[in-house]
This record gives sequence, structure tokens and C-alpha cells, in this order.
Amino acid sequence: MREIEFDTVVKTVRDLIIHCSTDLPEDMYNALKTSVEVEKSPVAKAVLEQILDNANIAKTEERPLCQDTGLAVFFVRVGEEVKIKGGLLRDAINMGTEQGYKDGYLRASTCHPFSRANLKDTIGYNLPAIIHFDLVAGDKIEIEYAAKGGGSENVSRARVFPPAAGKEGIIEYVREVVSDAGGNPCPPIVVGVGIGGTFEKAVISSKHALFRDIGTENPDEELNEMEQTMLEQINNLGIGAMGMGGTKTAMAVHIESNPCHIASLPVSVNIQCHSSRHAHITL
Amino acid sequence: MATYHLTTPLTSEDTRQLNAGDVVYLSGVLYTARDAAHKRLVDLIDKGEELPFDLEGSVIYFVGPTPPKPGDPIGSAGPTTSYRMDSYSPTMLAHGSKGMIGKGKRNQAVIDACKEYDGIYFGATGGAGALLGKRIKSAEVIAYPELGPEAVRRIEVEDFPVTVINDTHGRDLYQMGREQYEVK
Ligand code: SF4
Repeated sequence: MREIEFDTVVKTVRDLIIHCSTDLPEDMYNALKTSVEVEKSPVAKAVLEQILDNANIAKTEERPLCQDTGLAVFFVRVGEEVKIKGGLLRDAINMGTEQGYKDGYLRASTCHPFSRANLKDTIGYNLPAIIHFDLVAGDKIEIEYAAKGGGSENVSRARVFPPAAGKEGIIEYVREVVSDAGGNPCPPIVVGVGIGGTFEKAVISSKHALFRDIGTENPDEELNEMEQTMLEQINNLGIGAMGMGGTKTAMAVHIESNPCHIASLPVSVNIQCHSSRHAHITL
Repeated sequence: MATYHLTTPLTSEDTRQLNAGDVVYLSGVLYTARDAAHKRLVDLIDKGEELPFDLEGSVIYFVGPTPPKPGDPIGSAGPTTSYRMDSYSPTMLAHGSKGMIGKGKRNQAVIDACKEYDGIYFGATGGAGALLGKRIKSAEVIAYPELGPEAVRRIEVEDFPVTVINDTHGRDLYQMGREQYEVK
């Protein structure tokens, strides 16, 4: 059984969070650059240029890309032959989250759902983190992290369709969700689509789909084709950068699909804004 | 798409010349407030009590910044989604405020109030918090410090870049822009 020190996990998570808050991933940066080139609207073009300027300033001056530094979301794949020495993995991730958000001068955005009281002085600074664990073979721990802002979560949606809705129904639904969202999720966006499984499986898949690098193809031919169709339809909506009208509303659609019950077709659409702060690391 | 440089407080003369889609660089003082602060401000107006700042010609920025790093006046400071302020903004405009900065659609009541009271709803680029934060030269909490990032701040800005979304003629850039680029 391999052992990893509790403090190693804490420090890794802390550093990952601080790094992500100021350094836009390369796939997103390049996708934005391409968007500026193809955008037809001068107003949207100016917005896209500002977004790129912002990314440059954030990186060189180590300032948070966006003031909504999000909830901390993790997908963690734990090998069956590894254990944490000196504490629980969940506690280490939460502790790393608190340290990262504090030390990086990031905003604490967790609150009680009804009183809306900020939890920074009770549960912890921007705690609890949202953690999805999975058990896998091997002796490694793989951590995927994203800072998920409120604007794009607020317009995300899920629905269980009757099987007869089929591919057409799914494509139409995705278009409708993005259309209703308009400029609120800070386009240009990435659209994560989770299909199949149970209700919650579809939702989690739609979030996980957002971690795939922009510009990579879906290995499943049928899904790849659906992604292209959806992307074209979304860009035809005319929403544009920040909803000000334009030809680039989304930079990618990513689908994750699962087997499902004979009676149902769950579909979830999770939207990611252009400030896509995510990274992954293996311990 | 014209470009203007304006200094706050704004007058009706300033706002009436603007059209949806114009780019404006704002300088001068802005006041920050989100929903919790708006609720308190509008309560004061309803009771006829004095506000923590002069509404006349004021521009309100919907923002909840990150904590400043040592030596900086403010952290990253991009706009938050504006619809949460829809129920308060018409009252603010009716009492002299001339502008709002945020992101995302407003309801018809806000669009109508802009027309009636010579107000402008400006859009700033969401997610450009580092760039926008740098255009803020000073920041001072003037009311409700207990609201943390949502406290009311008086901030001084220089060439703060915004786009006119709703103008004094009742127009809406979100609708116009989308119609122009929609492929049916
Ligand atoms: S939607 Fe994204 S870019 Fe826009 S304010 Fe929220 S976190 Fe920032």
C-alpha cells in the first residue's frame, strides 16, 4: 500500500487553486484567440479582446481572472492501493481549499441556502468544497479541480425525457437552455452535456464533460457529430460575447453519455463561462 | 458604435446622447452595491431617510470584489448578474441615479425607467475582473461593512470601459445585437 502524506495533498490542492485563479488554461486562451479572429460583430470583438487582455493581466500580475472565484469543485479518482497518512483525504482537500482561497486573496462565496450567511467564519473560508470521489485501480490519486462561478451555474438545467425524445429532443433542449441563458453565463461559453444514467449521473457527467480540453474530439463518432450539430445551432443563436450580439456564443460542446434505464432519457446541461479555471494533477 | 469619455456624476445631457452599442470610458466616482445593499438603500428612500451618498447623477456598479492584495485599493472587480437588482433599480433612477453597471438582461420595468428618467444601463465584461479592478484607483467602504464583499463602496475609476446596453430611448443591445446576428 502506497502512502501519501496528508500535508502533501493539502499543499497540492492549495497551489492548484492559486494557480488556476490567475492563469487561464491554454486550451481556453487559444479558443478565445480564434474567436476574436472569426467574430463578425465589432462590439463582441471588442469584448473578446478585453477578455484576452484580462487573461494577460491576471497572469503577469497574479490577479484573479474574475472576482467570482467560485465554489471549489473536485473530481478525485483514488487508487485502491494508496492511502493518506495522517488524516482523511476529504479533510486534506478541504484544508487545501481553505488555504488556497485565503492565501490567494480569493473570494469566499459559500453561504447558508436560506439565511444566506457567509460560511467563512463558521464552516471555513469558501468551504465546503464540492468533491466527487471515484475508486479506481492502481496506487495514484488523480485530482481534477475547477473553480465554478455562480453566473454559469445559475442557467444550467437538467430534465428526464421520455426515450422517444431521442437525439433530436436532446439537441433541441440544449439549444433552448443556451438560448434562454442569453448573456448571463458570460459567453463565449463551453457547454457540458450529460446524457443517460440516472438523474444525478447525468448531472455529474455534464459537469465532468467541462473538464475535457477544448479542441479535442469526442472519441465516439456519433457523439462527436452531435457536438458539432449543437455547436453550430448555438452559434446561430446570435447571442455573442457577453450577450451583446455576435457569431461566437460557444467555443465547444462536450458530451458524456452513459447507459440508462429502459424507461428514461436523462439529460443535463451544465454551462461553463469563458473564465474556465480548471486543472488536473496526479499524486 | 461611437466612443465617449464621460465623467461622473452624469447629467441628462450626458446620457441622452448615448445609444445602445456605444462604448463609454467612465471616470470619476462610482458606488458599488449588490442586492443586499440595494434592499437597504431602497428601504431608506421609502422611509424618506438620508442615503449614505448623493444619488443625483450617480452611477451604481453591481460588483462583489475579491479581497485586495496588500497595497492595492481593491481586488478583482468585474460585474455581477444584474437581474437581482431589477426590483430596486427603477426607484434608484426615479430618485436621481443616472446609471448602472452590470451584466445580463434587465426587465421591462428597468428599461422603461431608463427611458423615463434618462438613465443608462451599462454592461461591463463579466470575467474581466483583473482588468476592471486595475481601473479602480481608490475604494472606500461607506456603508454596511457587515455585508463584506457586498458592502457599499465609493470607488474612483479612470477610463472604466463599459458598453451601453439600455439607452434613454428604450433600446436594448441584447435584443438588437442578437437579432442582427441570429441565423434562422
Ligand atoms: S459567469 Fe464566469 S466569468 Fe462571468 S462573472 Fe461568473 S465566474 Fe466570472
